[in-house]
Amino acid sequence: MRPSPRLWRMRCAEVIAAGGALTVVAGTAAGLTLGGAAAVIAAAVAIAGSLAAIWFARNRVRSWVYQERDEDLIVERGVLIQRLSVVPYGRMQFVDVTAGPIDRVFRVATVKLHTAAAASDARIPGLERDEAARLRDRLAALGEAKAAGL
Amino acid sequence: MPGPADEVRHAAGTGAERRIRRPGRRYGVPGAEDQPPEASEAPQGRTPAREAIKNAGWRRLHPLSPLVRSGRAVLAVLALAGLSTSGLLGSGTGTRWWDLALVAVVAGGAVINWLVTRWKVDGVTLRIETGLLRRDSRQLPIARIQAVDLVRPFLARMLGLAELRVRLAGSGDADGRLAYLTEPAAETLRARLLAAHHGLDPATPEPAERVITSVPTGRLAGAALLPAALLAAVAVAAGAVTASLVPGGLLAVGAPLAWWLIICGMLAWRRVSTQYGFTVAVSPDGVRIRRGLLGTVAETIPVPRIQAVRMIEPLLWRPLHWCHLEVDVAGHPGRDQPEGSGAVRKALLPVGSQDEARRLLAIALPAAPGWPAVTKPPRRARWKVPLSYHFLAAGHDGTLAVAVVGRLRRETTWVPLAKAQSVRLVQGPLQRWLGLATVQLDAAGKRVRAEFRERRQEEARSLVDELAALSRSARRQASLAAGGPPAPPPPNGADPAAPGGHRGQAGQAASVVSPVNAPQSEA
Repeated sequence: MRPSPRLWRMRCAEVIAAGGALTVVAGTAAGLTLGGAAAVIAAAVAIAGSLAAIWFARNRVRSWVYQERDEDLIVERGVLIQRLSVVPYGRMQFVDVTAGPIDRVFRVATVKLHTAAAASDARIPGLERDEAARLRDRLAALGEAKAAGL
Repeated sequence: MPGPADEVRHAAGTGAERRIRRPGRRYGVPGAEDQPPEASEAPQGRTPAREAIKNAGWRRLHPLSPLVRSGRAVLAVLALAGLSTSGLLGSGTGTRWWDLALVAVVAGGAVINWLVTRWKVDGVTLRIETGLLRRDSRQLPIARIQAVDLVRPFLARMLGLAELRVRLAGSGDADGRLAYLTEPAAETLRARLLAAHHGLDPATPEPAERVITSVPTGRLAGAALLPAALLAAVAVAAGAVTASLVPGGLLAVGAPLAWWLIICGMLAWRRVSTQYGFTVAVSPDGVRIRRGLLGTVAETIPVPRIQAVRMIEPLLWRPLHWCHLEVDVAGHPGRDQPEGSGAVRKALLPVGSQDEARRLLAIALPAAPGWPAVTKPPRRARWKVPLSYHFLAAGHDGTLAVAVVGRLRRETTWVPLAKAQSVRLVQGPLQRWLGLATVQLDAAGKRVRAEFRERRQEEARSLVDELAALSRSARRQASLAAGGPPAPPPPNGADPAAPGGHRGQAGQAASVVSPVNAPQSEA
């Protein structure tokens, strides 16, 4: 399974907002100090950077995959550094569902599975609310049913 | 992040200890409505005389505790006061009053802390209540104890007192501390807690122990002095070179050099004094470690609570074939105490021979039938890790995973598969180009893991599945052996109850899941 397409829209919006602000600032600053031509060049560089950032964001969003198996949850992510985590339900300590202000605008949430090991990062961003709630309940129920001691 | 995060946070897990904070509630009047659920399940609950019984069960710490707790601070202030009065005779009286007031505040705080602190063992929980304005009531389920330490700082030792530290998986350093009790009381309580932890009658006396090994002081001093001496030699050489090159540099170099030497000496001294007389013994209730010169520490680690074992062979010790062995127990790594007992990483052997280490390993990992063979990563991994390739190796069998890493010092980690928390595969761009990947088997704690570094890509993929499957069956076997219910309850509902789960296997994820799921799980 993959995160909601809304995650992609959210990342796009983030990059466009940040890139737009950067373009305006860079353009104005270069225009005031160095003149009109410099302003155009600075703005073009900022726009190109934003486009590159969008391309990276697209790949990153596409790389997220999760799979609920009988005994464990598999989460795969990353473009440059690819990571795959296998977390048994029995090792779950608690499930965290987080939704920041931007997440809420796009009606998505992040589900995170915590184990006693600090390193095992089973995080799934950009889930639609219903899916996040379903996953959380399922993980919590499975975690209880299969619980194993430390 | 703000927002609804907290509302949807679902606690299930280790739930190491429960805390109930009651602002502004005074000592000695715990209302029945404030008691957590355990209290009503306790055997003596639900009687009219409950209040009286409860108050009768509470104990205080030893009356001399405030003296020991504030001892260091008070001594320091007094020493300062002495210095200032002897040095500044003119304004002596003024500073003295000020210092005395400071001493009084410190001592008064310690006395108040003693007055408002009380503890008791209540069937299956150890309860500690403390705090004057903000009451803090802790319940430490005995079944979930990870380790019990008996710490005796120098001052306490002179007065015949000892501090008991109970470590749980989720607890920080200061959570399960009882400072101080008399030595016999502390030893009795430790025996009681450990007996209850193993599901025995709390009145069972402390079982006899068998001393496995002890570290001679000479070797300890040698091991501590070797690196210190090297550092000192390097510093002296650097100093000499500088002094000879720069005219009149001797004076400029002398002071920092002296400081450096003093620091080296102090580090070596600290190592020797904390590890002095290091003795490892086994008894049915766990591995017991005793150490310390001025202040002593006695640690007890129940063997099933060991998450991982690590063997470290530093560069300088290699000619002597010495190694250092440490074990990890679950818990939050607290601030390192002066005696070094706060850590979740406990030295099992500060310095010893390979044979001794092997013997201790067999004790720490009793489930292992043998030692898994290790294999080296392919040769092309040399491009990725030129400096550590010579040590890299890893292997596993049905119960144990072992991995060797390190550049100058060789670090071998054994993780029982039954203790694995998750399996991960990581592949960076360079690794992908070389067709390599790293597989990590995490155990509870921070950076406690066996790393299968730089394995062949296809091998790593299958290794992830294999390790996940093996750790699943190892976990199931471990929970069967522990007498708890099997990891997945039988679908036909034969008898999934197994109440109490005396090693906490059953109760591990007991807390609220959701109002919808709770009745299902009880049914």
